[in-house]
Amino acid sequence: MLNAAFMQRALLAALLIGVTAPAVGLYLVQRRQAIMGDGIGHVALTGVSLGFLLNTSPVWMATLVASAGAVVMELIRERGRTRGDIALAMLFYGGMAGGALIIKLSPDGSMANLTSYLWGSILTVSTADIATVGVLAALVTAITFGLRRQLFAVCQDEEFARVTGLPVRLLNLLLAVTAAVTVTVAMRVVGLLLVSALMVVPVAAAQQVTRSFAATQALAVGIGVAVSLTGTTASYYQDLPPGPAIVVLAMVVFGLIGVLAVPLARRRHRTGGGGAEPAACDLVLPGPREDTGSGQGPARGAALAE
Amino acid sequence: MTSPPASAGTGTAPAVRLLGGAASLGGRPVLRGVDLTVRPGEVVSLLGANGSGKSTTIRAVMGSVPLQRGTLELFGTPYGRFRAWHRVGYVPQRTSAASGVPASVREVVSTGRLSRHGLRPFRRRDREAVDRALDAVGMLDRAGDGVGNLSGGQQQRVLIARAMVGEPDLLVMDEPMAGVDLASQQVLADTLEREVRRGAAVLLVLHELGPLEPLIDRAVVLRDGCVAHDGPPPPAAGQHALPGHDHVHPHGGDHDRRARTTAPGLLP
Ligand SMILES: Nc1ncnc2c1ncn2[C@@H]1O[C@H](COP(=O)(O)OP(=O)(O)OP(=O)(O)O)[C@@H](O)[C@H]1O
Ligand SMILES: [Mg+2]
Repeated sequence: MLNAAFMQRALLAALLIGVTAPAVGLYLVQRRQAIMGDGIGHVALTGVSLGFLLNTSPVWMATLVASAGAVVMELIRERGRTRGDIALAMLFYGGMAGGALIIKLSPDGSMANLTSYLWGSILTVSTADIATVGVLAALVTAITFGLRRQLFAVCQDEEFARVTGLPVRLLNLLLAVTAAVTVTVAMRVVGLLLVSALMVVPVAAAQQVTRSFAATQALAVGIGVAVSLTGTTASYYQDLPPGPAIVVLAMVVFGLIGVLAVPLARRRHRTGGGGAEPAACDLVLPGPREDTGSGQGPARGAALAE
Repeated sequence: MTSPPASAGTGTAPAVRLLGGAASLGGRPVLRGVDLTVRPGEVVSLLGANGSGKSTTIRAVMGSVPLQRGTLELFGTPYGRFRAWHRVGYVPQRTSAASGVPASVREVVSTGRLSRHGLRPFRRRDREAVDRALDAVGMLDRAGDGVGNLSGGQQQRVLIARAMVGEPDLLVMDEPMAGVDLASQQVLADTLEREVRRGAAVLLVLHELGPLEPLIDRAVVLRDGCVAHDGPPPPAAGQHALPGHDHVHPHGGDHDRRARTTAPGLLP
């Protein structure tokens, strides 16, 4: 199958998407902004339509418009929760409606063109597209992995991060733009409606069995790559839309890990990751209660602090 | 951010100098002219009832709440020009150390080193500092565990380690002892004493002085956003630390619950 040139391009695109979407999604989930990718996806739709209308590359136009939308969302978030949800909702609806209207205005654009961006299509990934996707994906990867400690700190505890002297605002805006770029990287294969799922589901799947951020990042990216490549291949052979195939696979992985999580955790405990803690109490209480009066906590805590 | 100017006068300029600080939250005046000075090597405790403005004062000093009036200097530098953040360690009033994605204790404490290494890579001496800070709060053996799986008091100790890991000259802590058991408080008091002897200044909000009492040089009592007392710690506050005092702590729910179920609950 690899001799089909478009299949090679599609698999390459799938690989890049499998890496970048979970890598960015990780920070959004950490900040409990999992649906931000959805908002950006809707706004990107307007960008795609504008690309058709102005006869420029829909991918670059979508990147531009989605980045602007992401920056607006970030500024709304920064200014506090007051009516933030309404403003975000406006952005969602505006992006969707704007996209559908503008495509009607453009001479060679039709709803059918838009559909391939909504649900993804491996058949339409052109050589020019793959170059664009490659450049953008490299950028996203450099930021999400290179600035891991800084972005982690900002998403973990913004108030604390500010006191470490990090340029918190700049990093927040950078993350917003990076998320927007990721959405446009992924939209050709996965489709705008499901991009967000690939940002969130691998992270959700991974964090069922991880205890650290670094491990979650590695596992989420691993899952992302695996489901993107498998889903794209399956969609080639079975003639399925690639986006939904990839997302359903990711959900299956999520479920499998969920089922395996409990026995895994139990085994990790038995083989003693940290210290082997006995499951039963082995303290023998001295005599009929005299040492424990009404004062609680402190005496027990002493053992803990040692 | 990464290359702080060689600040003038560690020994002379106060670590914190807030003069006539006023701030509003949600349109309501919360601070109405607070004066607060903390000198190097000094331990100042902020006291006051719930809602008296202690956290707001702390957050104003850290720059999270903008001042409407008044001036703020850190180490003799006006706040707007202050860049030497590696000299400051901060423990915010606890919410939770956990976030949407698992993070290990070590990862959370490591963020406190960002003020030192900034955009440069995390190196061996950063790693060693993290180990030392975790050891100081008695959490080194849990370094690889997820913070979300810790008890409230343990999370609080992690946040204290995060503040101390940058070896700051000013430690600002909002109710650092909330939910921390007495023995660990004693361990932290000893650690804090070492920091103070090193010359660090400490500004902290407390509801009970507890094991920290001998360390405290000065108490500033707030009432309705105004300073009601600035001087030696009021003796009444010390009584709370006496054994047998009934511990009803607004932020210590986690620990209290745990203590009750592990200690007397085991007896028939
Ligand atoms: N986000 C906010 N919006 C509006 N008012 C606020 C906000 N946060 C705090 N306040 C008000 O500011 C006043 C001071 O709050 P602050 O948190 O400084 O109190 P505190 O002294 O730290 O109390 P505690 O002992 O409970 O921690 C309170 O009356 C509170 O109602
Ligand atoms: Mg408070």
